[in-house]
Amino acid sequence: MAGIMDVSYDTQIPNNIGLSSDRRVLKALEKWHPGYIDWWKGSGPDGFLEDLVYLRTAVSVDPKGWAKFDYVKMPDYRWGILLAPQVEGRIIPCGQHLGEPAWQEVPGEYRSLMRRLIVIQGDTEPASVEQQRFLGKTAPSLYDMRNLFQVNVEEGRHLWAMVYLLQKYFGADGREEANELLKRQSGSEEKPRMLGAFNEETPDWLSFFMFTYFTDRDGKMQLEALAQSGFDPLSRTCRFMLTEEAHHMFVGETGVGRTIQRTCEAMNAAGITDPYDIDKIRALGVIDLPTIRKKMNLHYTLSLDLFGREVSTNAANAFNAGIKGRYQEVKIDDDHQLQDATYAVSEFTGGQILVKDVPALTAINMRLRDDYSRDAAGGVKRWNAIIKKHGIDFALELPHEGFHRKIGVFEGAPITPDGLVITSDEWAARRDEWLPSKADGDFIQSLMVAVHGPGEYAGWIAPPRVGIDNKPGDYEYVKLYMA
Amino acid sequence: MTTATKQHLIDPELCIRCYTCEEICPIDAITHNDDNVAVDASICDNCMDCILPCPTGSIDEWRVVETPYSLDEQFEWMELPEQEDFTNVSNGSEGTIEAIDESITALLNEAHQGAGGKSNAPASASKPAINLYSPNHPVEATVQGNFRLTEQGADADIRHIILNLGANKFPLLEGQTVGITPPGIAKNGKPHMPRLYSVSSPRDGERPNTNNLSLTVKREEQGICSNYICDLEKGAKVQLCGPFGSTFLMPDDPQAKLIMICTGTGSAPFRGFTMRHQRVMPEINGVMHLFFGARTADSLPYFGPLKKVPQHFLTKHFALSREPDTPKQYVQDRLWAAQDSIAPMLAEPTTYIYLCGLKAMEDGVEEALTKIAAATGQNWLEIRDTMRETGRYHVETY
Repeated sequence: MAGIMDVSYDTQIPNNIGLSSDRRVLKALEKWHPGYIDWWKGSGPDGFLEDLVYLRTAVSVDPKGWAKFDYVKMPDYRWGILLAPQVEGRIIPCGQHLGEPAWQEVPGEYRSLMRRLIVIQGDTEPASVEQQRFLGKTAPSLYDMRNLFQVNVEEGRHLWAMVYLLQKYFGADGREEANELLKRQSGSEEKPRMLGAFNEETPDWLSFFMFTYFTDRDGKMQLEALAQSGFDPLSRTCRFMLTEEAHHMFVGETGVGRTIQRTCEAMNAAGITDPYDIDKIRALGVIDLPTIRKKMNLHYTLSLDLFGREVSTNAANAFNAGIKGRYQEVKIDDDHQLQDATYAVSEFTGGQILVKDVPALTAINMRLRDDYSRDAAGGVKRWNAIIKKHGIDFALELPHEGFHRKIGVFEGAPITPDGLVITSDEWAARRDEWLPSKADGDFIQSLMVAVHGPGEYAGWIAPPRVGIDNKPGDYEYVKLYMA
Repeated sequence: MTTATKQHLIDPELCIRCYTCEEICPIDAITHNDDNVAVDASICDNCMDCILPCPTGSIDEWRVVETPYSLDEQFEWMELPEQEDFTNVSNGSEGTIEAIDESITALLNEAHQGAGGKSNAPASASKPAINLYSPNHPVEATVQGNFRLTEQGADADIRHIILNLGANKFPLLEGQTVGITPPGIAKNGKPHMPRLYSVSSPRDGERPNTNNLSLTVKREEQGICSNYICDLEKGAKVQLCGPFGSTFLMPDDPQAKLIMICTGTGSAPFRGFTMRHQRVMPEINGVMHLFFGARTADSLPYFGPLKKVPQHFLTKHFALSREPDTPKQYVQDRLWAAQDSIAPMLAEPTTYIYLCGLKAMEDGVEEALTKIAAATGQNWLEIRDTMRETGRYHVETY
């Protein structure tokens, strides 16, 4: 057991997959490695190549060795290939191959479908690092800077995880795709990243927190679904990635929460009770709650778009083939084949929102999105608890699924966050009530100043309640090279 | 008296519902609803597998409770409930609460660290009461006697202090600890924290059925509390809290064989163990070994009285490291010298090992036991883990 769990450092690439005895894959990865490091230096966090960052590295995938913290320069981070332990006798949990032993190799018939899924997942990993590359310069504290870099190095590791699968199981095509993952660039005109939401720069820290809360949560749901895959190496890879992804959710949820907390504290200290007294609140150097709500509306709806069309034959095919399951597939009590089941999906026809039952098999995306919304609502509840605790009369609520959508049945539909259908003109006129305006963005940007003293925080965000790795409040999470 | 257990909880304000803990828990003790993740107290066995992988630090929360919080209660929480202020607690079936207050629990955890894992009480040990008096609600004891144990010229001033509890109930077991709070204010402007001392008397007092207890205290040069105690005069009043500790206890089993290893004032609990043995099973010989290290014979507490205990009742092995004209001896040397009697005991399921004294002795003792085990084809670490899990290996060092 220990042999499988422990990470081996006998090659340049730490791994728990016996890489040193798999010469072909080792060679392919070693060839890919310099390009990756170049990509990190050119597209990863801008600056900060020499700084010592207090990062978490897994030394084994069992619970005891999972989180080892130490200072490391990011380019020296030991990006490795880590798979969750193989489950003895695992079976395919869904679709037409239900109950058959999980595949240890890719079945020929599903090769291209599976490759595409892995490439799409893989493409989002470096994309988010690229989107966030300038944030280090305006980190509100060393604690937050460290969290950003932890997210970044782990997204980098997730790229490694996908590249390993491509190199190991998809031959020359896989190698080609692995190289392409380093060539596409977030926001590039010629070679953009594959999904729209991953081509926007993350302009400020509130956006970063919203992104890690809402958009990384889409990533989490996709990983959850892929962790159910009948292709066992993919399942094991995703299962371990999920343990890392949890940290990203943490950064998002607590980041937004601390922003809200600071706003409430400042309002109380100044005796402001009306959350819509925006100018006065902004003058305190904190982000007013209505603007935080707009940011939430934006990031939530962009993330809903990432789930694709509500009714999708591609998703049905992937489920039926046993390549991708549903969220927590093995815990669902049904036939796992969806032969006769139906699922309620919204429709927008003739200016009306209707709900219709469709074959559940075709509504796989919709179901995953519903699970996502439920999951995302949990944090909103916590944020509201913070507001309530400070005695402020204001509540956040996730907007209606039809609001501000660019993909699926509600594409371009003029629907308010409350789910009211209005005219397109009215929607356009009221847009800035619901979504951040340029002025809102400029205001948030104006607060983004770097704070580098250990234990010090920018004025718009509260310190965390507990430190990383139980460290005290004034811990120097990043030792800045020039400082 | 309250019967309490220690319950593992998750802080809902910090938890982000990633369910990593739920995935990792090997016995499915963790579950969730839409709002919260919760640990089922009827399943959790405190294996701690979930602690490190938690990305938030929300999972390392514990409360001592009389009735464990149900899953439904935990699902409703927006924040963790405060720790109830218990006094007069007896352990539930788990028997792992050593104290209620965080600071005292932390001190005991540190003292027990050398055991290499979570300690358990001997299965046959009497059930201890703990926290009868919390640091905030201490009991007043009267100094009945203060006797110097070491020779006047010796380099250590070690005292035998007898405290009378008067009419107050203070049920104790051998091996337990009490806290004494020195008067005055600490550097941080707050009252001093209590210091912990092992009790050196048996449960029924210095003499049978006297309501008192004794402590073995060494005067430390800058020690605020040790100087306070060593200077106490007969009749002085002392603020006492406790008892604390629920694992470093003696088995109540005539078949049990005890190997007791100590330095200096670490001998306190073993004085209690030996006296208890003398009182309840004086006819049972040859089952207790004491390895006792000190610099010189005149700095070894209880040297005189110990010499009077017959060797067939308590096999004594003194290790003196600074005795003039004799080679330096440490407890590990004496252990190694006694390997012929120790090695077979390691394999027996009725053997109990106790270490008490300075942390510095741990390595040497581990080394000696490793060597002794290896010489007879045994693996000490495996033996140690089994012994610890079955309540037969105990370390209390400082």
